[in-house]
Amino acid sequence: MRTTSLERTTHPVLIFWIVAGWVGFALLPWYGVEDFLTFEWLLDGWPLEADYAPAAVLIAKGQKLWLAPMLVALAAPLFVLNRRKSDPVFARVLIAAGAFGFAWLIGQGLGIGLRGFTADWLAALFGPLEDRQFGMGYGALVTASAFLFLLTQGIAARGAINGDVFVTSAIGGVIAVVAIFVFFPIAKMLQNAFITKDGSYSILGFFPRFMDPRIWGIGCLEGGRCGAAWNSLVLAVLVGVLTTLLGLAFALVLTRSGFRQKRLLRALTVLPIITPPFVIGLAIILLFGLSGTVTTTVATVLGIEPTRWVYGMAGVAIAQVLAFTPIAFLVLIGVVEGVSPSMEEAAQTLRANRWQTFCTVTWPLMRPGLANAFLLGFIESMADFGNPLVLGGNFDVLSTEIFFAIVGAQHDPGRAAILAMVLLVFTLGAFYLQRFWLGRKSYTTVTGKGDAGVHPAMPRGLAWPVYATVVAWTAFTLVVYGMILYGSVVQLWGVDNTLTFKHYLTAFRIDWGESGLRWTGSAWDSFWTTIMIATAAAPLTAAIGLITAYLLTRQDFAGKRAFEFGTMLSFAIPGTVIGVAYILAFNVPPVEITGTGLILVVSFIFRNMPVGVRAGIASMSQLDRSLDESSLTLGANSWQTFRAVILPLLRPAILAALVYSFVRAMTAISAVIFLVSAKYDMATSYIIGRVENNDYGLAIAYSTALIFVMLAAVGLLQLLVGRTQIGRRTAHAEGH
Amino acid sequence: MTQIHSKAASVRFENVSKLYGRTVRAVDNISLEIAAGSLVTLLGPSGCGKTTTLRMIAGLEMATEGRIFIGDRDVTKLPATDRDVSMVFQSYALFPHMTVLENVSYGLKFSGFDKTETKARAMAGLELVGLAGYGNRLPSELSGGQQQRVAVARALVLEPQVLLFDEPLSNLDAKLRRQVREEIRDIQQTLGLTVVYVTHDQEEALAVSDEIVVMRNAAIAQKGTPRELYEAPADAFVADFIGEANLIPVEIAAVEGDTATVRIADYTHRLPARGFSRGPARLAVRPSRMRLVAGAGDGVAAVIAKATYVGSRMEYTVTAAFGTVFAVLDDVVTPFREGDAVTISFAASGPVLIPAAQP
Repeated sequence: MRTTSLERTTHPVLIFWIVAGWVGFALLPWYGVEDFLTFEWLLDGWPLEADYAPAAVLIAKGQKLWLAPMLVALAAPLFVLNRRKSDPVFARVLIAAGAFGFAWLIGQGLGIGLRGFTADWLAALFGPLEDRQFGMGYGALVTASAFLFLLTQGIAARGAINGDVFVTSAIGGVIAVVAIFVFFPIAKMLQNAFITKDGSYSILGFFPRFMDPRIWGIGCLEGGRCGAAWNSLVLAVLVGVLTTLLGLAFALVLTRSGFRQKRLLRALTVLPIITPPFVIGLAIILLFGLSGTVTTTVATVLGIEPTRWVYGMAGVAIAQVLAFTPIAFLVLIGVVEGVSPSMEEAAQTLRANRWQTFCTVTWPLMRPGLANAFLLGFIESMADFGNPLVLGGNFDVLSTEIFFAIVGAQHDPGRAAILAMVLLVFTLGAFYLQRFWLGRKSYTTVTGKGDAGVHPAMPRGLAWPVYATVVAWTAFTLVVYGMILYGSVVQLWGVDNTLTFKHYLTAFRIDWGESGLRWTGSAWDSFWTTIMIATAAAPLTAAIGLITAYLLTRQDFAGKRAFEFGTMLSFAIPGTVIGVAYILAFNVPPVEITGTGLILVVSFIFRNMPVGVRAGIASMSQLDRSLDESSLTLGANSWQTFRAVILPLLRPAILAALVYSFVRAMTAISAVIFLVSAKYDMATSYIIGRVENNDYGLAIAYSTALIFVMLAAVGLLQLLVGRTQIGRRTAHAEGH
Repeated sequence: MTQIHSKAASVRFENVSKLYGRTVRAVDNISLEIAAGSLVTLLGPSGCGKTTTLRMIAGLEMATEGRIFIGDRDVTKLPATDRDVSMVFQSYALFPHMTVLENVSYGLKFSGFDKTETKARAMAGLELVGLAGYGNRLPSELSGGQQQRVAVARALVLEPQVLLFDEPLSNLDAKLRRQVREEIRDIQQTLGLTVVYVTHDQEEALAVSDEIVVMRNAAIAQKGTPRELYEAPADAFVADFIGEANLIPVEIAAVEGDTATVRIADYTHRLPARGFSRGPARLAVRPSRMRLVAGAGDGVAAVIAKATYVGSRMEYTVTAAFGTVFAVLDDVVTPFREGDAVTISFAASGPVLIPAAQP
């Protein structure tokens, strides 16, 4: 019974992790094994063959002796198994063993690489090392996890978070994975910024490269070319302002007018979710490119020579505004609706007319929300990679420059790192402003109290221009999407306009041969890889996102604000930066996963984690905290509470997180393009490859197919969530 | 037939404080003893620390200083999961995705009972609160009063050492409140439970409690039986919080044995001294213990400033030389009118002496 739990001396969770530690150390291959999950290594000389040997066997054979000290950390917990949890020795031993084991494992991994010691001072200290080691494998992974959770159990036993093992372990786990897969690569990348071309570190060499006129030049003011940093900045500000204004116009029409087709407007918000980012760019080329519909029509009618004006800032800006307006719209619906109608009604009863009400009450209350939408547009534009790549022409922006620094003829990781640093400073600055400056200024807090009342309609002088803008922009968006659909069934755009399914056949042909179905279309490989990677990443993203959300909304612990900032940070890190950071960090031991499917899965998890966290936070704050507390007073521990009460009530949020991380994994391009390999090619990078070969027909056909797949996924979600009647709040909850 | 028993234990606070951050003291150095099998109410205005005190018993908040005992066991560092305490929440906190029976069985699942035992106990619990046939409903299909009873049953079936109620009646309408509070009291007395009950409604506290702990500014203002608190409040705060009280400055003219003679202007009144000696003090008089007589007489001359008819009685605001007082009279047939000259005196029992206002 409950009264005995403190005195008991069996610790099932502890035993589990001790066993896991030993399994990882003495049974699983310590170093990375290709195709681990086929288990062919079991028959291929395991456990004695050095490539597949567990750490314990290696040590027994007298190799890799630096792994031996971990044995102490694995053995120590065995001696406290029969002690009580409240015994100070129990906590002290676990903390010491876990911390030492984990630190040693990390330290030896970083310190000893492919060419022996990785740093000169290590070699100076211990003498040169003849041996070397490769990237860590599953054995190391399991053992590292065991050390980590021994440490968190020790910390819990000392009384942190009321001695709650589940919560301490969750915090420890999230911190560890975020540190390894977000902070470590970024740090590694920044370190690369200081490496000169000949491979040595130099702070002096950093500054001239940092101040490169190709980054900071202002030649365009005198007819030359400007640096990528300025280009990116001007473009991002422009796109931020335009998307905010357009988004506001849409939100006003939706909430403050008698407009009939509100469902159509809401449907627009789904578009950016299901559209790969560069697809808009392709459509713009179909319309305004050299052989685009509009260009050729205008050229014939006016008798002027068609130009390539769209390739450059103008084209990129149009494409980005089209792509990101729905995001601003989504944010601003909340802002405009969040202005309490009773405020506006109060103003009206105080003899303000509609226009005065709008100017003196509605607009000032919306201002922080507008700034928020602007910053989001700014970050999205800065981070966008697909559209500048397709439409940029000679207009260099940071994200594409980073790409060309890595993959182009230059192959200059140092330059890529410096460019990424500049980009990161811009986006993190905007992110910081958004969270910490605006976070405290929002007036639109929903109190949960019923607020009867209706938003007044817009003043007439404002309504007409807003209407006109919205109708025009909606029409434009529809034309753009129509172009995508039409472009996919045209022989050769602008040259041969006969209708054909040729592109779809090339991409998605299925033959019936002797050996059954044969997926002979050129797109199938990348398509199935994409589905597979996205399917693997989605549940992991949702899980880590929800656990983080649970910790943020339901638990109090020291350093919670830093924890929150760290977990939300990856939202502000552009995909190109993540891509560069990952190839720089994970190309060499201790974590050597470049070229595998794993690196794609990992990058998706940490790119999309903020989506899961937000979905979780949003729905968890709907659940009254007394539900958890009553479960705790009824004798359930925090893990049982999480599983039996919170998870079932969060089912819609889990589903949403799953589908969105799936869809985002399918549309992502910026990080992916660095990380794909011949074996693991993704749909988006395949399409970009087709675009670079001027094979627009196939690229557009493939994009259209992707849009329909994702539309189906989102539709399925709507259907499922619509039916799940979970999360219903009981009537009494309205009482306070 | 399975029956719900009680394992009632006492609760003891030794110099307990709770700080939020470095400086905010939600509970300040409280020592308190709650006897096993008694119903004790924590009463006070909002923000006085009563809910924090309750949550510290539950283990949902941890004491910053001091020690907490349940029975003989020191539970200061024990989290909620490991304490043998159940709580009925203000919002009831029924799990909306589980049926009534699943809700009531929830805690039993974690207490090591097998399936049949769990079911039998849960059924017995529902029976006890009069909801025997409702096991398969969802909480959302029950009325507010029924939800409340499910919450009580869910806490009761664990046979906790202490049962906690956090403002359990605040979401019920006025008529239901009287009924439910009587049910709670009945169950508590039948099973002999230790119950700690938080409320800000003094009438509710007077009606259900064996003892009331009045709290103010994170500390205990007074502790005692309902009658002690009502009839012998320690100070002006308690006098005014438990029922209403007119506080009238007086001069104690003489003390003879247990009896004090107090003077207000020319009027003298004799009442128990309660340890007071000569000098300035205040008299706490309940509105119903005020006597008003038309015209001049033995007492303090005053004028009716306001007269309000509330159906069963008359309420008067009366202005005298010492200030304004509030009086309630049962005579609704021949009421006074505003502006009438009256004489104030006090009932023989009821008024009590409390310390003079701090200058």
